[in-house]
Amino acid sequence: MEARTAHALIRFGLGPRPADPRPADPRAWLAGQLDGPDPALALAGHGGVDGLIAIREERAQAGQDVKVRDRRRPMREIFQADTAANIEHLISTETPFRERLVWFWANHFTVSVRKRTCMGLVNAQIREAIRPHVTRRFADMLRAVMRHPAMLNYLDNDGSFGPDSPAGMRTKRGLNENLARECLELHTVTPASGYTQTDVTAFARVITGWSTNADAPAPGFMFRANAHQPGSKTVMGRSFPAGEQGGLDALEFLAAHPATTRHLAFKLARHFIADIPPPDAVARIESALISSKGDLKAAALAILDDPKAWQPLTKLRSPFDYTVAVVRALDLPPTNRPDIPGIMAALGQPIHNCPGPNGWPDTAADWAGPEAMMRRLDWSYAVSGRVPGQSPLSVADTSLGPLLPAATRSEIARAGSQREAMTLLLASPEFQRR
Amino acid sequence: MSILTLPRATSGAVTMTRRAALLGLAGAMTFGRSRVALATPATEQRLVVVLLRGALDGLSAVQPYGDPALAGLRGDLAMPEPGKEGGLLDLGGFFGLHPSLSGMANLYKSGDLAIAHAIAGHYRDRSHFAAQDFLESGADHRLSSGWLNRVAALLPARPGKAPGVETALAVGNTVGLMLRGSAPVGAWLPQSFGKPDAGLYQALARLHATDPVTGIAVSEGLKERGFTAGVLNGSEPQQDRFSFPSLAAAVGKLLASADGPRIAAMEMFGWDTHNAQLARLPGVLTQLDRGITALRENTGASWSRTAVLVLTEFGRTAAINGTKGTDHGTGTVAFLAGGAVAGGRVITDWPGLGTGKLFENRDLMPTADLRSFIKGVLAAHYRFDGARLAGIFPDSADARPTSGLLRT
Repeated sequence: MEARTAHALIRFGLGPRPADPRPADPRAWLAGQLDGPDPALALAGHGGVDGLIAIREERAQAGQDVKVRDRRRPMREIFQADTAANIEHLISTETPFRERLVWFWANHFTVSVRKRTCMGLVNAQIREAIRPHVTRRFADMLRAVMRHPAMLNYLDNDGSFGPDSPAGMRTKRGLNENLARECLELHTVTPASGYTQTDVTAFARVITGWSTNADAPAPGFMFRANAHQPGSKTVMGRSFPAGEQGGLDALEFLAAHPATTRHLAFKLARHFIADIPPPDAVARIESALISSKGDLKAAALAILDDPKAWQPLTKLRSPFDYTVAVVRALDLPPTNRPDIPGIMAALGQPIHNCPGPNGWPDTAADWAGPEAMMRRLDWSYAVSGRVPGQSPLSVADTSLGPLLPAATRSEIARAGSQREAMTLLLASPEFQRR
Repeated sequence: MSILTLPRATSGAVTMTRRAALLGLAGAMTFGRSRVALATPATEQRLVVVLLRGALDGLSAVQPYGDPALAGLRGDLAMPEPGKEGGLLDLGGFFGLHPSLSGMANLYKSGDLAIAHAIAGHYRDRSHFAAQDFLESGADHRLSSGWLNRVAALLPARPGKAPGVETALAVGNTVGLMLRGSAPVGAWLPQSFGKPDAGLYQALARLHATDPVTGIAVSEGLKERGFTAGVLNGSEPQQDRFSFPSLAAAVGKLLASADGPRIAAMEMFGWDTHNAQLARLPGVLTQLDRGITALRENTGASWSRTAVLVLTEFGRTAAINGTKGTDHGTGTVAFLAGGAVAGGRVITDWPGLGTGKLFENRDLMPTADLRSFIKGVLAAHYRFDGARLAGIFPDSADARPTSGLLRT
C-alpha cells in the first residue's frame, strides 16, 4: 500500500478493512464518493414520522394503567435498530469519506438522547436532513434540520409560542429561545458575528410556529400559524416578514452569512486537517464555499486539494472513530463483534448521547486524558482476545501499512503472543491517529 | 445449577453465561488475564491443559543447580542453591524448583507432580506465534483444529445426548487453537475489559513514550492505576495479580461436580522475559503456583482422577542476555500434576549445559518430545490406543508415548 493511499483511507475514511481496494489515485477515489446520492439512503430506517408516533405511544401508555415492565418501548426500539444500522453501515460502507462527512455534519447539528424523546428521532434527522445534503447546499441542510422533528423537539422549538399570537395569548405561553440561540451560536454565525440578545429574541420570534403536528396520522413538521408571532422582525439588521416565509428567509440569510462560512470552514479544517487549522487551509475552504454559494461538495473537495491535508497524520481518533477503525481493521463479522455502542460509551463517547448541543469536541486534548487513554489500551487488549487466528503483522500491514514505524512494528513482532502483539498494534500511537 | 457457586475473583467478577450453564457447563470464563475453555464429555477422567504463552524459561523454573556449566551461563539469573536464603526448593540433589513454586514443591513431595526437563515441541521455530500454533495444532504445520479438541471428539457423549450437543456453545471463537475443532466446545467472551499485565503495559508505555499527545497521558494513566516505574520494570510486585488462581479455583470446582466439564484448557500470558527476568518471573510463577494449588484444593476427591499438563511453546536461551533476561530458545520444562500422576520425579535424559552440549550452541538441547509426553498422559488416562493417538497427533510415529506417567 502506498503511503498516500493509506493516508487517504485513514485521514479521510474510517480506516482500512483487509479486503478494501487500495486506490491507486486516492484523490479520485475520495472525490468519487461525493457523486450521486448517499448509498445509505437505500437502506431501511425509520423517519421522523415514526419517532413522533413512538413518543405518542409511550405517552399514551404512561396515561394508562400498564405496569412499567409490560410497557412497550417503541422509542428505544427505534433508537437501537437505527443506531445498529448506522453502525453496520460505518463498518461496511464503500464510501467512508462520505460517511465521515455525514457524521461531521450530524455532530455539527447535534441532537442528543439525553433528552429522552429524541431517541426515536435522532437517527431520522441524519437520514432525512443530513444525508441528502452532505454533498449539496449547506442552506438546504440547515433548513432541513431546523424543520426536522428531532431538532424541533431537542431544542424545544415545538413548544415556543409567539406571546402575541392567538395560541400564545389563549394559553398564556410564550417564547422559547433555545433553538434560535443555538442556531445562531453553534450552527451558523457564532458570536464572532456580533449578534446581541435582541437578535436572539427576534430570531426566536421569527421561527415561532415551527413545530410538529404530533397528533396527526402521519406526524411531521407543521407551521402553526396561530402560534406565530405577528409582525415583521429584525435580526442582525435584516427585516423578515411575518409567517413561515420569514423563517425560510432568515435561514437563507444566516446560511450565506460570511461569519457562517468562516465558521464552517474552520470546523471542517479542524476536523480533517489539524487541531489548530492552518489559516490558509481555512481560507481555501472558505473561498470554495463562497464561490460555490455554500456547496458542501465544493468544500469537501477543497479539503482534499489542500496540501496540508496530506501531511503526516496528527489528528487523534475520537473514541467513535477509534472503535469503528478497530472493528474494520480486524474485519470482525457481525457474529463476533463487541457491543459497539457500549465500547464507544466506555471509551468516553456514547453514540447520540452528547452532553450538549455543541456536539463532541474535535481536538486531541479533549480525548487524550490519562484514564481515557488507559481505557483504549485496555480495550485493545480485550478486543485482541477475539481474534486468535489473525496475524498481527498482517493486520498491521492492511490497517497502517507504510504508516507504521519500524520501531512499533518490531515491538509487535517481538510480543510474546498473538494477543499481546495485536494489543500493541491496536493501542499503538499510530493507530490512534487519523 | 448448584455447582455454579464460583469463588469471587480478587479483581472483576467471575462470569459465566446462563446459556453456557444451561448447556451443561460447556463454556469458557475469563478472569483478568487468564482464560479457560471447557468441554463436557461423559468420562470421569479430568484433564486440564495450561498453556504458558510467551515461553517459560525452564532453566529458571526448574534449575539444574548441579550442572557445573550453569553458573557461567546464567550469571545473575542463577538462583541460590537449596538451603541458602531465597534458595531453590530441592528436587533431589541436581534440580531445584524456583522458590516461587512452593505449592508445586509440596505436590512433588506428595508424589502428585512430575516434571519433564529438556523437553520441546517437535518444531524448531523460535517464533512465538508459529510455535504456539504448532504446539496447539499438534502437528508441524498449522491445522484448523487443535489436539485437545481431537481428544474431546474421541470421548463418549453424555448419556441421552447426541454427540457434542451438551458441549456446544458457539459464541465466538476465543477458544484457543488447542481446543478448537469439530467437537463442539464452549467459548464465552467477556464484555468486561480484560487488563494487560505489567509487561504489556510496559511495552505500550514504551511505544507511547515519545508521543507528544498520548505519551504523558499513558504514563500518568499507568501511575494512577498503580503501575509505578518499579512495577513496570518488574522490580516491584504488581498488586492484584491473582486472577489465574481464582480462575483455577473455579475450574477445580467445575471439574469436581458430577455433571461438570471434564476437560479444561487454560492459558497464561507474561512469560516472555527478555529483560529483568529475575524480577519479572516470580510474579507469574507465583500465579501459576497458586493456580495449580487451587486446582488441587478445589477438585476434592476427583483430584485422584485428574491430570494437569502445563506446557509452553519453547524454552529460552541458556545464557543470560544483555538486558538481564533471556531470548527465545528451545528445550524447556513441562509439568504434570494431579492425583493420577506418578510424580515425585524429574523425568529427563539430561543433555548437560557444557561446551558443545547446547542446541545450536545457545539453547538447552531437547532430548524429549512434548508429543510423547502428552501421548503418554492420554494413553494412560483414556486408554487411547496407538491409532487414536496417531489421529490426535498426525505424523508422530517417531514420538512414542512416554510410559509410566500416571499411576494407573
